[in-house]
Amino acid sequence: MRTPFNHSIYVLLAAMFAASVFVVQPVVLADENAVEQGKKVAFDRRAGNCLSCHLMEDGEAPGNLGPPLVAMKARFPDRQKLRDMIWDITTSRPEAMMPPFGRHKVISEQDIDNIVEYLYTL
Amino acid sequence: MKNALIATVLVLVCSLFVQPLSASPEDNVRLYQDYFKKRFPNIDFQEFANGVYAVNAQLRENWEAIEEFPPYEPFVERGESMWNTAFANGKSYADCFQNGPGSKHLYPQWSKEQGKVITLALAINQCREANGEKPLKYKKGPINDILAYMAYESRGQLTNVVIPADDPRALEAYKQGKEFYFTRRGQLNFSCSHCHFSSSGMNLRSDVLSPAVGQTTGWPVYRSKWGTVGTLHRRYTGCNKQVRAKPFPAQGEEYRNLEYFHTHMSNGVVLNGPSSRK
Ligand code: HEC
Ligand code: HEC
Repeated sequence: MRTPFNHSIYVLLAAMFAASVFVVQPVVLADENAVEQGKKVAFDRRAGNCLSCHLMEDGEAPGNLGPPLVAMKARFPDRQKLRDMIWDITTSRPEAMMPPFGRHKVISEQDIDNIVEYLYTL
Repeated sequence: MKNALIATVLVLVCSLFVQPLSASPEDNVRLYQDYFKKRFPNIDFQEFANGVYAVNAQLRENWEAIEEFPPYEPFVERGESMWNTAFANGKSYADCFQNGPGSKHLYPQWSKEQGKVITLALAINQCREANGEKPLKYKKGPINDILAYMAYESRGQLTNVVIPADDPRALEAYKQGKEFYFTRRGQLNFSCSHCHFSSSGMNLRSDVLSPAVGQTTGWPVYRSKWGTVGTLHRRYTGCNKQVRAKPFPAQGEEYRNLEYFHTHMSNGVVLNGPSSRK
């Protein structure tokens, strides 16, 4: 069944697919990566552990000390404000019981950026 | 609007707790106990002795089943034989504790002679050393046996910590304990009060947080997580580590002053140690 003709079609298809990945996808891929990384850090008990206090989409056994993290883009249209909140919430809400993730270097600056990307998908 | 309201209330509540460093210990106790009575209006005051099981019905069910065959019983029995066994010099614990084993309600107490807070664990070791015996370790091991027995014999007494007015150093120790309780520490930046006042009854992932009042009545405690009985200062160590703060030495000045303040907060609550916890 396998004729040289068929083969070349597969090669062509594969080449087109590869091209689409390399040419069209890079920007999207980077973002998806950030979202994925952000989610990982947010869920990881030894990293952000945001779930211990916040309800978040498909996170298991969330705590309820902080407000549910939903509709984040609508509620925090200013990306920098959202980032600042994670970096050190006590500058805007002095008594808040939430670790100053950036100021105390609980997680990295890159992790915080990634979490912001992730939160914007919620 | 709701957030602003919550934030305002939080700031108000916290300033209430922190500001009266000048208020008397009696004023403080009233403030704290009223806070929890209002926060948990349906709970009988003496129930606070049961910690998290007073405020969470689901956890309570499991706990009641465990208490039917108390896991701390063998510790109480070993402690009783420690009490009844003479030291090498012929004396025994009874020579140090004139009120007998049921003396837990007298501790922690201020000692004018020594100028410091004496906890029951420290008194036990001072007794041993005065009689030529080696002191016991303060977090794990046999200290828990003797503490479990003495706690058991003290059941039904009420917490009654005294801050004597005739020695300003006692009030100073109390104030230091208070400051410890309300100070943020560790990489995660929480104070004890963040977890055990404003968040009590709430979920930290799958842990429910106990109210500060009543936290000292049931020690020593059999924790299934530990698989054994441990001391209050072992628990302090754990709660410090949880926020990635460096713990202080068990029975060092910081934790003894903390215990002084922390226990005083539960004045009037029944002693019910030893007890079991998750
Ligand atoms: C120990 C508890 C705790 C942890 C862990 C925690 N938070 Fe929070 N968070 C809170 C509390 C409490 C508030 C509300 C503070 C206030 O309004 O005073 C809050 C508020 C927020 C807010 C503002 C939400 C709103 O609707 O006002 C954001 C955003 C947020 N947290 C994100 C995070 C992220 C991201 C993480 C993990 C990297 C995290 N939090 C971890 C307790 C926590
Ligand atoms: C990050 C949150 C957190 C902080 C901060 C914290 N604790 Fe805890 N604590 C817990 C949790 C969770 C438990 C186990 C559930 C319970 O009994 O509250 C606990 C339990 C306890 C218990 C045992 C209560 C019982 O009935 O067995 C004591 C005592 C205690 N904490 C004292 C303290 C003190 C003192 C501090 C400050 C040095 C402190 N905690 C800070 C989370 C915290």
